[in-house]
Order: sequence, then structure tokens, then C-alpha cells
Amino acid sequence: MEWIQQLVNGISLGSIYALIALGYTMVYGIIKLINFAHGDVFMIGSFIGFYAIAKWELGFFPALLLAMAVCAIFGVVIERIAYKRLRNATRIAALITAIGVSLLIEYTTIFFRGAQPAAYPEVIKNKSFDVFGVQISSTSILILTVAIVLMILLQFIVHKTKIGKAMRAVSHDADAARLMGINVDNTISATFAIGSALAGAAGVIFGVYYTKIDPLMGVIPGVKAFIAAVLGGIGIIPGAMVGGMLLGVVESLVSALGFSLWRDAAAFVILILILIFRPSGIFGKNTREKV
Amino acid sequence: MKENKKLKKFGSLLVASSLLAGVLAGCGNGDSSSSGGGSSSGGGGSSDGDTIKIGANLELSGNVASYGSSIGLGAELAVKEINDKGGIDGKKIELIKVDNKSENAEATTAAIKLATQDNVVAMLAPATSGNTVATVQIANDKKIPIVTGSGTAPNITVNDDGSVNEYAFRTCFIDPFQGIVAANFASNDLKAKNVAIFADNASDYAKGLAKSFKETITKNGGKVVEEEAYVAKDTDFRTQLTNIKAAKPDFIFIPGYYEEVGLIVKQAREMGIDVPLMGADGWDSPTLVELAGADALNNTYITNHYSAEDPDQKIQDFVKAFKAANGDKAPDAFNALGYDTIYYIADAIKRAGSTDGEAIQKALADTKDLSLVTGTFSVDKDHNPIKTATVLEFKDGKQVFNSKVNP
Repeated sequence: MEWIQQLVNGISLGSIYALIALGYTMVYGIIKLINFAHGDVFMIGSFIGFYAIAKWELGFFPALLLAMAVCAIFGVVIERIAYKRLRNATRIAALITAIGVSLLIEYTTIFFRGAQPAAYPEVIKNKSFDVFGVQISSTSILILTVAIVLMILLQFIVHKTKIGKAMRAVSHDADAARLMGINVDNTISATFAIGSALAGAAGVIFGVYYTKIDPLMGVIPGVKAFIAAVLGGIGIIPGAMVGGMLLGVVESLVSALGFSLWRDAAAFVILILILIFRPSGIFGKNTREKV
Repeated sequence: MKENKKLKKFGSLLVASSLLAGVLAGCGNGDSSSSGGGSSSGGGGSSDGDTIKIGANLELSGNVASYGSSIGLGAELAVKEINDKGGIDGKKIELIKVDNKSENAEATTAAIKLATQDNVVAMLAPATSGNTVATVQIANDKKIPIVTGSGTAPNITVNDDGSVNEYAFRTCFIDPFQGIVAANFASNDLKAKNVAIFADNASDYAKGLAKSFKETITKNGGKVVEEEAYVAKDTDFRTQLTNIKAAKPDFIFIPGYYEEVGLIVKQAREMGIDVPLMGADGWDSPTLVELAGADALNNTYITNHYSAEDPDQKIQDFVKAFKAANGDKAPDAFNALGYDTIYYIADAIKRAGSTDGEAIQKALADTKDLSLVTGTFSVDKDHNPIKTATVLEFKDGKQVFNSKVNP
């Protein structure tokens, strides 16, 4: 029973990683940029949800939608201001800019509200259900449901809509897409908007599930989500979901075996191993570079 | 032409800034010479003629900002009271606060600044043990006594090899003592037999408490059925709690700081762990109640330095004065410790009759039966006060006085 309980713990944690990882993977898939500021968009989403619930007394779903909307705009603003000019610059320049943007967001938030943590108000009455001796709380069911619904929605957008088709085209070959009359800039903005909205949703869910939020909360989940994206195969959407879930479960199992102090280390060991033995990730195919 | 203008502008800026720098430097010189002349001190510390400068190296931002700010409030109240009564031998106390951002390296920098630029005669050391340890070397080198209000780790005053840090003191009791009190309370008052320990493995404070708790509870005939660990900044404790729950303990000891403990208590209760939980003074912050929720905190206990509800007259006078100065907010233990620390230092300066670092150091070490808000104490040979501990219980988010324990 204990093991099933640990599995439930791991899946709850993993679905948050997966939601953040989706944003990483989408942006990488399209412009080959590892957007390190993504974890901080997650933090901003969390704070918007916090103010929406605690100060403006909105319910959980309105707060979630508000955080997603604001984060979508925020993501586009970041892209337009910081990354657009670097579209043709070296990848390392864009990467360093992303790190700079990340620190800028973190410390601007600290400047305005201080570094002390805030406690998320209880928006959903938390009940625990006893399923064959396993405790499943209503919040973890909620997290899982919201995460799965958002992932299905994303799959729908990418595969069934016009903008999704454009995204896939740009990801495949941006120049050819432009020749075919696709507005590449708008498509990239849309990618940032969708990815950031998912990060914002993850932020609100994180706040509801773990209670404590602070301006530097995006750093570790951001890095973990990045590992999840690499694990699944960066640039591949189902890969990010599987990678996130897998990472959450592995972390829980490592703790369950009594190595709780190795939990974060385990995530990085996975990153190193995957980069050595299967750099394209679980779902990646080996592609040969065109010469 | 344009180039010329730019140059001119640049030149005038340069002149202006060098002038400003000169003025500032001049001020600095004037200050230090006047203080040198005015004070009776010889070596390390010096002070202006009519003020005694005391530094305060505090966590005003960062992850334990709640402790540092609380100590600062208490200290300010004490300074105000002493100054209103005429100061120390007619000299007013001036408190110079510096923010160490809850980081060890910043704490060291702040201590150097207070010692060399502000020329303080003594320092309030940081609130946590780790940050305080980072400033001990400066105190010894500059011969300026430091007193921490709430740094409870043994190695602040005594090194691992048993030698005493001459210039380091504290107003609170030490970690092992809190662990012993908690263990005795668990076996005597709560009749706990099978206990679990869930400790913060990133802090010496929590590790020290866990060790002494384990020794004492085993001596009392209890059994440690499960030991788990976490590191600061974790947010998910459910996996470890699942292991703890499976071991079926009837009491869980959780030494750590409020940011993580708040989440641990909340998650434990959500998972259906309803046995008594206990911690120490690291739990003492209003943030704990916000994070855990008042319901989850029922049936939890802490050892602490003092309780605002203690009927003792001295404590009630302090509570009244503090409420008057801080908008009717009841003082917590850190407020009380900050307040006591200033009185402890002021008492030593008065008895030393000098602001010389060595004289103050000697007076601090010789303190006997000093009656303060957090208890009456004498300083032992290891520079630790011998004083009482209080056990508090959380009831609906409020700390309720339970009992007092003598060493």
C-alpha cells in the first residue's frame, strides 16, 4: 500500500513538472531556445493566482484563468522585448539573455514585494479519500485533472487547429514556412503565449498543492522541468508529459527508499545519464545533421 | 564641437564627484578623530562622546527575515527604554542596524562593516546559528563582543576542540538543552513510546536538536522507530511522511525552521497523521500558522524561550510596553530575546564602566543572576546562560503556555 501511496505522491509532483516542461519543449521545438525565464513565468503565475484568491477573492477556476491569461501576455512581452532581436544571433547569446531575463524577473519581484514567502489561501476544502488504504487528497485529484485537461487541450491545439499547423511548420523549417506565407513572428508569439499560460496554470496549482510560494520558487521546478523535457526528448510534446511524470515518480521512489537527501541529485543524475546515453531523449529519433 | 561639449560635461562631472568624495572622506576623518578623542577606550571599540554605538547584524530580508526583524524590534524597544531613563552613565545608546540578508557571507561582511566603519563597542549577532558562526572570527579578531539573541548551536561559543570563543556570547539556551526538554516532555507528559524524528539535514541547529532528543528519549526507555530527513527549501514532504506513517509512531519530533515545518505539519495532517508533533524555537513565527493552518497545528508543541502569557510580573510589564510601541501586537520570543540581549549588553557596559572591548567582554562573562524577561540567568564558563525553557502548545493557531522546565 505504501508503494501505491508513493506513486500517487510522485504523479502529483510529476504533473506539475510536466505542465512546466511543456512550455520549455514548445519554445525549444520552434526556435531552439532554452528559455530559462520559463520557471519565473511559473512563479509570476503563482503570485497572480495568489493575489486573485487572497486579495480579490476569486475562486480557484477564475484565478487559474486569470493567471494563465496574464502569463500568456507576459510570455509574449518577454519574447518581443528580449528574444526577438536575437532571432539571428548565436544560440549562446540567446541562452545567456534568457538567464538574464530570469534573474531580472526574480529580483524585480523581490524588489516589489520582498523575499519572504506567502501562504496560499485554502480555495478548495481539502478532503482526503481513503482508497484501499491509500490517502488521496482532493487537491491532488484536482491537480491531476487540470493537468490532464490542459495537456489534451494542447494536443488538440497543436494537431487540429490552424495555428497548431503553423507551429509545426515553423518548427520543421522556419524559412520554408515563411515562403509558404506563414507569419513566423506571430507563430512564435503564439507558442510563447501558450507555453507561458501552461506555466501560469502550473504556478497556481503548485500554490494550491504546496501552499508556500516565494519569488525564487521558480528556480528548482524550472530546472526540474527542463530535465523532464530533455528526458522525454526536447521539442517533443508527449515527451515532456511522460518525462515530467517519470521524473516525479523517480524522485518519490528515491525518497521512499530512504534516500530523501538524494532526491534532487537523482534528477540531475538522470539528466547526465540521458545526455550521455540517449541525448535525443526517450521519444527522440536520431536525426543526422544536414551538411 | 559636439565632442568638446561632451568632454566638458564629463570633466565637470569628474570634478563634482571628486569633490563629493573629498567631502565624504573629510566627514569620515572628522568622525573617527572626534570619537577617538571623546571616548575613554583604548583598543577595539570606540564611541562618540555622548553616545555608545551598538551594532545590530540582523536578518532583515531573506528566508529567515522574520527572526531578524523580530529581534530588531525588541532591541529597539530596549534601547528606547534605556535612553529614556538616561542611558548608560549619561550616555545614550545608538543602535546601528545592518541587513545580512539571511546569508552567511553577508553576515560576515556586515560584521566587518560594523566593526571597522561604524566603530561599535558591541554587536547584536545574527538570529540564526549559522549566520552567527560566520561572525565569530571577526569578533575575536577585533576584540568586539558579539551577543546573539537566538543562535542556539553550541559551536557559537565553544569550538569543536573545546576551546571557548572569548568574544562570543548568547542570551538563549543551547540546542542540546531544547532536545532534552522535548524528549522529557514527550516521555513524561505525553507518554510517548515509539517516536519518529523528521529533521532538517541542512542545518546544524536541527541536527543538534535531533541528536540530543534521540539520546534522551532512548535513555527514557522510548524507541525511535523511524528517522527521516529533508533539506531546506523542499516543498514536498509527502514521500518521507508516507514512510513515517507506515512506521506507526505515537509522537513525531520535527526540528527545523518554520518555512518547511509549516508545510510538513499541513501535509502530515492531510495524510491522516494525527499524533502529537513537537519542535523547538525554530517553529516560532506567525508564518508557521499561515502555512500550516490553525487546525493542522492543534496537538503540536514547541519548546521556547518565553511565553507572552506567562503570569510573571516582569514579563507582563514587557508585554505591555511592547504592545504600546508596536500597535498592540503581542511580542514573540524573538522580540523578547532581542530586548533581553540589549539589556544584557547594557548591564555589562555599565558594570565594566568603560566601552573598551576587553572590559565589556569580561563583564559579559562575569554576569550573575541577571533578571531578564526570558528568565534569570548566570553565564557559565562556556559563555552559555543557565536558564529555564518554556513548553508551549498550539491551540487554534495560538501559542498557549503549557509549562516551564528548569535545567
